[in-house]
Parts: sequence; C-alpha cells; structure tokens
Amino acid sequence: MDPISFDEVKHLSALTRVGMTDDEIELMRDQMTNILENISVLNQVDTECVEPTGHSVDVSSVMRDDVVSPSAPVEDVLANAPNREVDHIRVRAVLE
Amino acid sequence: MTNQQLAMLTAHEARDLLDKREVSSVELTEASLERIDQVEDRVGAFVTVTRDVALEQAKQADQCIARGDAAPLTGVPMQLKDVICTEGIRTTCSSKMLESFVPPYDATVTERLYRAGAVLVGKGNMDEFAMGSSTENSAFFPTHNPWDLNRVPGGSSGGPAASVAAGECFYSLGSDTGGSIRQPGALCGVVGMKPTYGLVSRFGLVAFASSLDQIGPLTRDVRDCATVLNAIAGHDPRDSTSIEYDPPDYTASLQTDLKGLRIGVPKEYFVEGMEPGVEQATRDAITVLEGLGAETGEVSLPSTPYALAVYYIIAPSECSANLARYDGVKYGFSAQEADSMWDALEKTRQEGFGPEVKRRIMLGTYALSAGYYDAFYLKAQRVRTLIRREYEEVFGEFDALVTATSPSVAFELGSKTDDPMQMYLNDVLTLPANIAGIPGISVPAGLSNGLPVGLQILGKHLGEETMLRVAYAFEQATNFRATHGDAPL
Repeated sequence: MDPISFDEVKHLSALTRVGMTDDEIELMRDQMTNILENISVLNQVDTECVEPTGHSVDVSSVMRDDVVSPSAPVEDVLANAPNREVDHIRVRAVLE
Repeated sequence: MTNQQLAMLTAHEARDLLDKREVSSVELTEASLERIDQVEDRVGAFVTVTRDVALEQAKQADQCIARGDAAPLTGVPMQLKDVICTEGIRTTCSSKMLESFVPPYDATVTERLYRAGAVLVGKGNMDEFAMGSSTENSAFFPTHNPWDLNRVPGGSSGGPAASVAAGECFYSLGSDTGGSIRQPGALCGVVGMKPTYGLVSRFGLVAFASSLDQIGPLTRDVRDCATVLNAIAGHDPRDSTSIEYDPPDYTASLQTDLKGLRIGVPKEYFVEGMEPGVEQATRDAITVLEGLGAETGEVSLPSTPYALAVYYIIAPSECSANLARYDGVKYGFSAQEADSMWDALEKTRQEGFGPEVKRRIMLGTYALSAGYYDAFYLKAQRVRTLIRREYEEVFGEFDALVTATSPSVAFELGSKTDDPMQMYLNDVLTLPANIAGIPGISVPAGLSNGLPVGLQILGKHLGEETMLRVAYAFEQATNFRATHGDAPL
C-alpha cells in the first residue's frame, strides 16, 4: 500500500477538527502508515460472496408506543452547557 | 480482623459478615476508604473518591440489612469505571474533554447496582475514552500495577482492575471494547468478564465503538463475578441493542466438576511472541481442566490472524462518529478564546482530546472516507462475518474455548507508549470475542516472573453459564487467589 501523504493527513486533521501542528501531522503520518500497513493483511482474505456484519447480534429498529412521559428538567440538562442564556444554549454565529 | 484484612475479602465473604452482623456496611466502607488513603497515592486507580456518597449509602444499606431486606450486594463497597454515568458525580472518561462533566442521569448499570444496595466509593481511572491497553492514556495520571508499581495495570479498565487487586473496593465495573476488562484483569491477577454483546445495557456508558462496547465486572473471584452479573444483566428498553432475554441465576452454574464438557483449544491463539511463562501457564491450565473431567481438543479458527486488522478499522470508524459530538457547545470542555464557530470547535477538540483519541478519530475518518470505504470498512465487516461464523462452527462441537488472556504479563510503564502498533498487539487474544459478540472471562492462572497470568475462557453467544462453570471449577481447583493474590501492596 502507498504510504499516506502529509497532505492527506493534514486534510484528515481539518475534516476531524482536531487541530494538529505540522510536526504532529508528520508523526501521525508515520504512525498511520505503520497501522495501515498492518491492516492491509485483510487484502489476503477472500470475501467474495460474504455478507458484511455490522452488529454481532440482530439489530432492528425498536419502536415504542407514542406515550408522553416526563422529560429531564431543563435546569439539569443545561447545567453542563458552557454558555447559556435563560433556557437556551448560547452559540457563536454560524453565518457571519 | 484488621481493616486491611477486611478490605481484601471477596464481596461474598464481606456479605456473610454483614449477614451475621459481625461488621456493618459503614465499617466495611471505612475499611475500603482507609485502604484508598493508604495506597492510592502509589496506585492511582481513582479519578474521583466519593467518600460522602459512600458513607451515606452505607448507612442506608445498614438500615436495609437491619430490616432483613438485603440483596446479595447490599452494603458492599464498589467502584465504577469513569466511563459509566453517575448522576451528580462527575464522569470524566479520564479526558480533559469531560473533566468537569456531571451527568444529569445514572447509567442503567449504576441504577441497578444502587437498587441492589451497592456503596459507591469512587470512579476508576482509565485510558482516555477507553482507548488503550495500559491506562497510560489517561489525561490525568497513569495507574500503577499493585503487583509491581513500575508496571502498567493493563487497560483500558486499569483503574478498576488495580483497585480490586489493591483492596480499595470489593469489585468494580469496567467496559470492554477489545479486551479492556479481561486484559487488565489478567495483568492485575483478578477476575474480569465481558458478557455477550447486548446482555448488559449500554445506556449511560459513554460510547466508544457502539457495536463492540460491553460493560462487565472485575472481581476477586468467580462467585463475585456471577453475583455482579446477576445484578446488572437483563433487557433495557433504553438500549436498542439490548437482548430481550431473561437471564438465569448465574451463581447456580458454579460447579466444581467439568464432566461431560468439551473444551476447545484454538491453536491460532498461541501467537508468535507469546511469553514462555504465559504459554506454560496456559498449557498447565488445560491439564487442570482435563483433571476436572473436561474433554479437550485442539481446534482451528483460521481467520484469527485478521481480527486485529478488523478491529482497528471498525473500532476507530465507530469512534470517529461517536466522538463527533464533542463540539464544546452542549457540554464538556469548550475553548472560549476563538475567532469564530469553526475556530472554537477546532480549539476545543485540539485541547480536549489526547493523542491516541485523535489518532483513532483520524484513522476512522480515513477508513470511512469516499474511495476507501469499500477497501477498509466494508472489507472489515465482511471478515467480521467470517470470524463470527468460525466461532459458530467451533461452538457446534465445543462448549467453551480456552486461551491465554494476554500474550505477556504486565509490562513496564513507558515501554510501549511510542509505538501504537505494539500497544495494539496486547489485545490480539481478546478482541476476536468483541468482533463476534461472544462472552469471555479472564481468571488468574498463576504467576510468570512473579506477575499474574490470566486464563481466558470464551463461551458461545449467551453461554455465560458454561463459561462461568469452567472458570469456577478452575479457580476452585487451583486457588491462585489464596496463594498469591491477597495483598500485593
């Protein structure tokens, strides 16, 4: 497998918003290259005609009756919000 | 009995003393808290010690006992890994991101243990967001192995395993995504069990890899493990992956002979690089199981060598999606010095997450990205099917499988931190069970170079009873706990 490039790692860092410096990107590139090499053993496995497994148990949508029940108190839910105004979470402008 | 001796009892031994009124829950709790005061600065197994909560719960437990209204765990002090939500008590995942997060609700397992009269002495240290195998990825401090303070306790449930081994609590709950209960259990010489996926509710467990995560007990013996499992297992409508199943009384399966049982020994689990002392202890254990009447035979699970690769695609992929929620807006760490919404988001995640968490988020994002999805994620899911099928076939012929839990005993702090791939190899024997969703337990199987070795017993889907029976018979026949494990510190 081709090693992952500096620019690809930089792009991943931007996509995931984890904020890495160039030195950190360089180190991450080495480590990811090594991990991806190890992962590439999967190419040896013949998986034609094998269905993928997402969950080890059968998972289906669980429905419940549409019955009203009490919600958590607003105070409790907002207690962890970094910035709040009255009963709302205050956020930065999305459109500037 | 001194307080230290009291603190080192099993939960069921402590319960017997409570029943006979020889000790009160408050006294038992004080013994655990005293032990925490004695050793915690050297072990580092707790992110938070909940002294006041514990003493209040102990008083209530004593009232229950006085009324004759006690359950099997009533009044016995325990710890919860700091990834399990506790209402009003901070739950950090050993991350700067959640350092001051106080959950507004209890996890289902917390609720069930409280209802059973448990006493919470604190929250256990762990690798950040349960990502790691040594507890060195905790953003706060590493945990040290009570058997040798220069060595790691394993991970990610290193705090839970070390606290049980050191006598700081009677049992703890961990979470296991690729071996995070069983491997630290093995390295600290205690019992650690991952139940069948879906047997224990994940509601209130901070998510890492949702199709692999499962909560389970860390205890001083197999009877305690069965007792704690009784308290936490069972369907929960708040977890859509929870199995609709009425669990049996697991303590009823604890028998001391194994006549009529067929136990498979998968040859692929004697991996290259396994320490000779670990291999010897595993082979000796197989002889013990045969002596107890089990029929053993070598089996092959040919896809085993691919499990590590499957895991390191699926777990980071799910992690990258689950950890997208940490945006500094609703709860958790939030960088305030920023120019814009995007800048705030990036600074929050840059400062809030440690290196291993970032590595896995990026790896998962890569594996899920356009152009790579089929080659990585879909491929891993197909190999996951093969691994699951091979277990199903083998369990048609055998009732349980035995292997070593970890290829090595506890290693020195700092010895593997520079090489993520070396660290990942610690879980090579435990993660296939998560991929297939089957249960696994690690029980003490002696010492190698003075350090504990774990024997892993794997059961079929919902085969906890047979698995516990094998674990119990082995423990009773060998009694490594009584010989070695009482007071390593």
